[in-house]
Amino acid sequence: MPLLDVQNLRVAFHTRNGVVRAVTGVSLSVEKGQTVGIVGESGSGKSVTCYSMLGLIPMPPGRIEGGTANFDGVDLLKMSRAELRAIRGRRISMIFQDPMTSLNPYMRVGDQVMEPLRIHEGLCKAEALPKAIAALAEVGIKNPEERVRQYPHEFSGGMRQRVMIAMSMITRPELLIADEPTTALDVTIQKQVLDLIKERQRALGSAVILITHDLAVVSEVCDYVNVMYAGRLVESAPVGELFRNPRHAYTRSLMRSIPALQPKGGTLYTIPGMPPDLAKLGPGCAFRVRNAENGYLCLTDRDPEIIEIAPGHRVQNCPGCLERGNA
Amino acid sequence: MLRFTVSRLLQAIVVVFAVFTLTFFMVRLAPGDPLATEKAIHPDVKRSLQERYHLDKSLPEQYALTLKSYFAGDLGPSMKHQGMWNAKIISDSWPVSLTIGLMALIIAVAIGIPAGVIAAVRRNTWVDNSAMSMALLGICLPGFVMGPLLIALFGIKLRWFNVGGWYEATDWVLPAATMGIIYAAYIARLTRGGMLEILNQDFIRTARAKGVPELKIVTHHALRGGLIPVVAYLGPALAGITTGSFIIETIYNLPGLGSHFVNAAVNKDYTLVLATTVLFATLLVFVNFFTDILVAWLNPKVRLT
Ligand SMILES: Nc1ncnc2c1ncn2[C@@H]1O[C@H](COP(=O)(O)OP(=O)(O)OP(=O)(O)O)[C@@H](O)[C@H]1O
Ligand SMILES: [Mg+2]
Repeated sequence: MPLLDVQNLRVAFHTRNGVVRAVTGVSLSVEKGQTVGIVGESGSGKSVTCYSMLGLIPMPPGRIEGGTANFDGVDLLKMSRAELRAIRGRRISMIFQDPMTSLNPYMRVGDQVMEPLRIHEGLCKAEALPKAIAALAEVGIKNPEERVRQYPHEFSGGMRQRVMIAMSMITRPELLIADEPTTALDVTIQKQVLDLIKERQRALGSAVILITHDLAVVSEVCDYVNVMYAGRLVESAPVGELFRNPRHAYTRSLMRSIPALQPKGGTLYTIPGMPPDLAKLGPGCAFRVRNAENGYLCLTDRDPEIIEIAPGHRVQNCPGCLERGNA
Repeated sequence: MLRFTVSRLLQAIVVVFAVFTLTFFMVRLAPGDPLATEKAIHPDVKRSLQERYHLDKSLPEQYALTLKSYFAGDLGPSMKHQGMWNAKIISDSWPVSLTIGLMALIIAVAIGIPAGVIAAVRRNTWVDNSAMSMALLGICLPGFVMGPLLIALFGIKLRWFNVGGWYEATDWVLPAATMGIIYAAYIARLTRGGMLEILNQDFIRTARAKGVPELKIVTHHALRGGLIPVVAYLGPALAGITTGSFIIETIYNLPGLGSHFVNAAVNKDYTLVLATTVLFATLLVFVNFFTDILVAWLNPKVRLT
């Protein structure tokens, strides 16, 4: 049984400008200890997919319209708020994109790092403090005894993300959701933070969902990849399989736009056009207007279905997007 | 911290001195004669009065003499209250205003902050809407409407309190309530704004992701930052609210300091205007100093230098 098994998740935001279908029929699963990537452009629904399972989207306007999300056999979407709260920060924890704003500027770093222990394990300050100091030491923060007394503004961006990692891993969660943990960081620090997440993951045996729009990062750290576009999964496969044999036109476009894989000196390839407005999306393949390969063949009258094309390799079955030839 | 204290102290001295100087000359520039009365007075009496207040001397001389007496801690005699010293007038009336003001402030904070916090947490619900409508009403209803309403209900109809005057131990209640409600309305709106701003920050999402219960998110994570605008407002407001209000003192017939501010100016009581204004300036400078310390304590990013 997978640790997390999401089936057919559907989330919408009912806004003044219409119903934004942020997540439509997403299914994905995470095995114990596995690293699963969710990739896609901005606005493709990566964050909402994860936040909605944990009750972290604002409701209203947000609404979970369907699906299941079984974590260790229990459906997160059917839990009461208190039950969900007991899981958040203890068995499933999160790291966010912007370490500059994700820590409370009015609270000492030590108090923030030990808070999950105090809430979930009922430890008092004196019991939790040594653990917070140890957790900071484990993520490579020097002088943790002094640093716990400082405030976030006394830390650099990279150090703050280390604090976030220490804080999120202090309860030894079974699942860590890292939402673009390196996007806001310096290139030189990105690798350190990714390595640190990997290292902590190995030490604790946690599974990780890594949200990113950077396929290069995915290729380095993930076991399994889910590619999202316009609120849907377009393709998902083990990482080696996906890079070897990308079947969906969108996946291939994403790969073409990895800067490191492009010839030096040429202009960087970017996918033409913009992702569609999720409030105005009709039936059909959502990628058709941007599909430079065979857009004219894309489905226009009905939504493409997900088919399993090889073991563990699923893709949207749209004639314009599926690579022909070896199908 | 020491540098901050010293520099603010110097600043305070400059400000109070400037207020002293400006007030001294401005009251004398205004038309009218402080010694003018309805009845004609004998020229000898007038001359002796002028001597008493140094009005026979040149302006620079008057200024120097007044400054000297202020440095000696002497606020001089009143020009209109015959035979009364300004220090005595202030020490008689200020406790009345101070009592009412502090009570009003307690009422204002006790109503305003919880109302603002609840409105922010339950934003855009009927709780928020009704709290904010009440606040708007409180802000728009002037004291001279609110005061008589409270008098009519609690003084005349229910007979719980005296309709005015300053005789019994409960006489502060209605005036303090009148002022308190008005300030509570401001504080509620400020609190709501401050809390909303904080509750929308990323770190609140982090707290939720950690499993912090909603109540603790408000008390532990949001309140400290959310109250900064309220504290920044309350500091200066404290100076105003504890030095009395002319309107409230008139409605409730109170022997407070607020009426002296207005009456002294109307009566051309040069020395009393100066004494009350310098007192107010000193108080304001003082509370601003403590407000800055408090804000710095609330916001770790602010350094006192
Ligand atoms: N509170 C909200 N109200 C209305 N719409 C929302 C809200 N939150 C998210 N959305 C919409 O849901 C869609 C998916 O957003 P989401 O944040 O999941 O994207 P993402 O893939 O994480 O993108 P990014 O890389 O920018 O983080 C977007 O179109 C966004 O506008
Ligand atoms: Mg996102």
